[in-house]
Order: sequence, then C-alpha cells, then structure tokens
Amino acid sequence: MSTLTRVGRTFRRTAIQAVPTVFGIVILNFFLLQLAPGDAADVMAGEAGSATVETMAALRQRFGLDNPLLVQLFNYLYNLAHFSLGFSPRYGMPVADLIGQRLPGTLLLMAVALAVAIVLGLALGSLMTVFAGRLPDRMLSVISLLFYSIPGFWIGLMLIVLFSVKLGWLPSGGSGTIGSNLTGLAGLWDKARYMILPALSLALFYVAIYARLTRAAMLEVQSQDYVRTAAAKGLPPAIITIRHVLRNALIPITTMAGMHVGGMLGGAVVVETVYSWPGLGRLAFEAVMGRDFTVLLGILLLSSLLVIVANATVDLLHAWLDPRVGVR
Amino acid sequence: MASTDFAAGDARSRRLHADARGPAAPPEPEAKSWSNLHAPDARSASAASVPIAVGGRALKVFLSNPNAMFGVVFLSLVVLAALLAPVLYPADPLSMVARPFLWPGQNPAFPLGTDSMGRDVLSGILHGARISLFVGLVATALGLGFGILVGAAAGYFGGWIDDLLVRLIEIFQTIPSFVLLVVMVAIAQPTAPVVTVAIAVITWPTVARLTRAEFRAIREKDFVMAARSLGYGHARIIFREILPNALPPLIVTSSVMVATAILMESALSFMGLGDPNVVSWGSMIGAGRELIRTAWYLTALPGLAIVFTVLALNLIGDGLNDALNPRFSQER
Repeated sequence: MSTLTRVGRTFRRTAIQAVPTVFGIVILNFFLLQLAPGDAADVMAGEAGSATVETMAALRQRFGLDNPLLVQLFNYLYNLAHFSLGFSPRYGMPVADLIGQRLPGTLLLMAVALAVAIVLGLALGSLMTVFAGRLPDRMLSVISLLFYSIPGFWIGLMLIVLFSVKLGWLPSGGSGTIGSNLTGLAGLWDKARYMILPALSLALFYVAIYARLTRAAMLEVQSQDYVRTAAAKGLPPAIITIRHVLRNALIPITTMAGMHVGGMLGGAVVVETVYSWPGLGRLAFEAVMGRDFTVLLGILLLSSLLVIVANATVDLLHAWLDPRVGVR
Repeated sequence: MASTDFAAGDARSRRLHADARGPAAPPEPEAKSWSNLHAPDARSASAASVPIAVGGRALKVFLSNPNAMFGVVFLSLVVLAALLAPVLYPADPLSMVARPFLWPGQNPAFPLGTDSMGRDVLSGILHGARISLFVGLVATALGLGFGILVGAAAGYFGGWIDDLLVRLIEIFQTIPSFVLLVVMVAIAQPTAPVVTVAIAVITWPTVARLTRAEFRAIREKDFVMAARSLGYGHARIIFREILPNALPPLIVTSSVMVATAILMESALSFMGLGDPNVVSWGSMIGAGRELIRTAWYLTALPGLAIVFTVLALNLIGDGLNDALNPRFSQER
C-alpha cells in the first residue's frame, strides 16, 4: 500500500468520524447560548440605554428570537453554514472577524509553547532514561511532578516578579514594544522577548507530561530486539539512544501532543490574561467580564473545531510516517 | 461465540475437578440446598481470591514509598488546616484585622502578613483550604459517579448504547475543557456549587473512558459468565461483580482528579469566576496580582499552598499507581 492511499484512507475515516462530533458540539453550543441569561434583544436594549416593551418585541421579531426553539436552531445552523457566528454589540463587529483577529496570536503562543515543551520534555525524559532508577532519575521525576502541580497563572506571575520586577530583563506583558518600528532581526528579537515568559508558563505543565512519557516510551523501546542488535554491532550508546530509541519513542509523544491542543487552549486563556497577550484567551476573558455570550460561545465552537483539526492532522501525520497505522 | 463456549467448557471442567476433590472436604451446609442463589464458587472466584490477596501487598508497596508518604502527610496537614480554620480563626477571613501591607514576619500576630485591605493572609490560606478541598472532593465524587455509570453502561452493554455513549464522551473530550468550564460558570452564576458541578461536567469523560475500557476487558472473564449463567441481574453483575475488579485504575485516577479540580477551581477564582463571598487561594492570587510589584508575597504564599497541595495529591496518585498497577499489567 502506497503512502498516498494510506493517508487517503486515514483522511476518509477521520472525516467520517468527525461529522457527528462537530454536529453534537454545535447543538451543545446552541443550547448553552439558550441558557445564557438575556438574549440579543436585551443586550441591544442595554447598549442603547433604554427600550420600551414594544421596541423589545420588535427587536425580538426582527432577529427571530420569538420563534420556536427548533426554528431558532435551524436559523443558527443556517448562519453557521454561512460562517456567521453572530454579531458582538460590544465590539461593534461580527464575532467571526473578532476571533479571526485574535486567533493568530494564540496559535503562535501555543505553537511556541508546544515546541518548548516537547524539546525540554524530550531532553529531560532522555536524561531520566539514561539514569533510570538512579538518583538523577528520581530527582528529575519529582521535579517533573512539581512542574505538573504548578498552576500556569501562578508561575507566570512568579516569573514576572523575578524577570521583570527584580531583574528587569524581560517585559511583563503585551506582545511587542508599542510604537517601535523595529524590522528584521531587531523586530524579531523584540517579539521574542515578549514571547519567552508566556510560552514558558504555558509550557511548564506539558514539559512534565512529555518528560514522563518520553521516559516510559524510551524504556519500553530499549528492551526491543533491534536495540540489542544495534549494541551488538558496536554502535556507540549515544547514537543508539538518539537514532534508535528516541526516534521510535516519538510516536506516542506526537499522539499526546495532538491531544493536548485542547488543554493548551484552556491554559492559554489563563496565561494570556496574566500577560495581557492579545489572543483568543484574553478575548474570552474580556467576554466573560462583559457577559458577552455570543463571543464566548463563538470562541468555544471555534476552539473545538481547532481541536478536531489538530487531532485529524496528527492522525494523518501518523499514517504518513508509520506504515503500520493505515492497516487497521 | 466459539471462545465463550470454550470458556464455559473450561469452567465446567474445573467445576468437575472441584467436585472430584469434594468428598475429602467436609460437606458444607449450603451444599445441601440448590446452590442457584448462592453460587459459592462464582462468588469466591470473583471476590475472595484476587483483591484481598493483592490488597495487602499493594498497601505495603504504597506505605514503603517515601514520596507517597510525604504526600499523605502533607495532605493530612491541609485537611487539618481546613478543619481547624474556624477554630483558630473564627472571624471572617474577609474582614479587616490590621494595618494593610504587613510583610510576613513583621508582626508576630500575623505571621504571614496582611494584604492591601488589612486582611490576615494566614487566616485566608487556612480558610481557603476549605473551599479548595470541598470543590476538589465533591467535584471528583460527582465526576466519578457519573463517569462510572456512563462508562459501565457503555462497556457492559456494548452495541448501540456503546456507540451512542462513546460519541457523547468524544464530544466532551473534544471541547477544550477549561473554555467550556469558563462558559458554564459565566452562564450560571459563580457560586461554589455551580463551580463544583461544572468541574464535574468536564471531568466525567475521562472516568467514563477508563471505566468503559475496564468493563470491556472484564466482562469477558469466566466469573462474569458464571454470574450471568446463574441469572444475576445486570445491575448486580455491574456493581457487585465487575466494578470491584475495575476499581484500581479508577482509584489512581481519582487522586489526580482531585488535584486537577483544585487547579481548575483556583484558575477560575483567579479569573474572578469564583464565589465572591468565599475566600479561596485563587482569588487571593487574583487580588494580589495588581500589587505584584510592591507586595509579591500576596501572590506567592497562596500559590505555594496550591502547589504543595496539588503536589501531595499527585505524589499519592503516583504511589497508588505503583502499588496497584503491576497486577493489571499481568492480567491483561
């Protein structure tokens, strides 16, 4: 079976599986929106400052809010099919545009955090494997458990105290120096300086997970026959560890990384509020504070879709990399 | 079907062997009556042989694990703090008691200092333990209960019930859980019960998945078949026969679930979505955050309380995993 058919097959299976999930999420979203106190007419009346009972009724009729629930659900689905998530009176723009503006910031933060987590986790996990059962392994495993127990927002604040307040090395919030027109390398460095602390706070929890996963996966691979063969033919231990053990241990780790996209989005909500990072999480926080439920549920829906896409991508990646996957 | 026939035949032949050895043993009083209702062999096979023998060993392994013991000791201290808070600090922890911004150690009457409103930090941390533990334990209990019900139904019955419930689990596992939590708490009003139920809503899918996997593995075993052939009802087989054998991984998960629930509650109240009338570690950090440049101890101290409580629970979870899992890796 060629790589292409394998990927094609996996794609078809993933797509078929995703359809009912997406539908269920949309329905759940609709009912959560119904549960939210007040409707769009209330919000608009509130923004306008005053409204009579008649104008409220007129508003409801105009936006179809007085229709039966099923008709409203149909309208909601109809709007979604046209990529319309509703309108936010607070920001004065469609929710889809609003989310589109903020999404890149969050995706960038998540990508950097994920990369940091995987690199650090692999390094720590490899160290733990090399020293398995000895003192460094035990110490590192307690440290990784400590990382696992630290709330992201708190370590974020502590990093601000150390690196921004006491040492003054790094900025405490935002995503770039305001009013600076740095370009090229200087501009990139400026952006990176603002990225370090948020990405680190978000990554720490996942460093712990990947370190433990790497350790478990590497120990399992180490007992395989081909590792013994590699040792028997005289390869140096470092090459065995990197080329033969670590590489094969990567498969479970990429699976987990795909599953962590949803969790990272949740973590980003908190970390972005700490660092006033202009992303989806910060938008969610503002929406909560303003009780702007259209925006909040738009974020919920879009982030769920993001998770589905991420999981599908990991599946496809596996089908491409690992010949055993498509056979099932 | 062929495999089940084999298994049934196997069980029958063992029964025959047992009968062959029977006369040597003193006749049991039960043996006289028709044993349909008591099913002594099935009961003893399911209940007596495995868990009790392993229980002692698991406890020994757990007790000889220094990390887990540290966790147990620290967690007991937290529980003690939560219980003693109303005795040691009967006043409302949200009331002003002293000059604001006393640093820790400045005034012996307030060992951990006071915050911007002159509230005692130590009193806040002790009272905060109450809400953290309450939310953590109750949310875990609710999540476990519902997750076990769903997972047991899916794993035991299979078929379309399984398909339907797996879809439901998948939907809840796809939605980013913290975002869903924020949405739910923002829609309902942020009170302690709402936060607790909302955390349970996002944690049950993990339990359900785990329970389903265990049930699928265990329902094929001989003792379940024996129970079924004796005409036990579904409820009895699920709760009396299968569930006790599916418990070890659930016990491990539950300690990690309490830790996660405490982290979630603190993140929510940090964002201002906690109960405004109750002092919690997260809300103390949220309040201290604006003063981080001048009085960083207001953020650091409640955070340390969270870190060590959660660490203790994770250490216990690790210890339980080491103690309970070998049996599982053998049996599968």
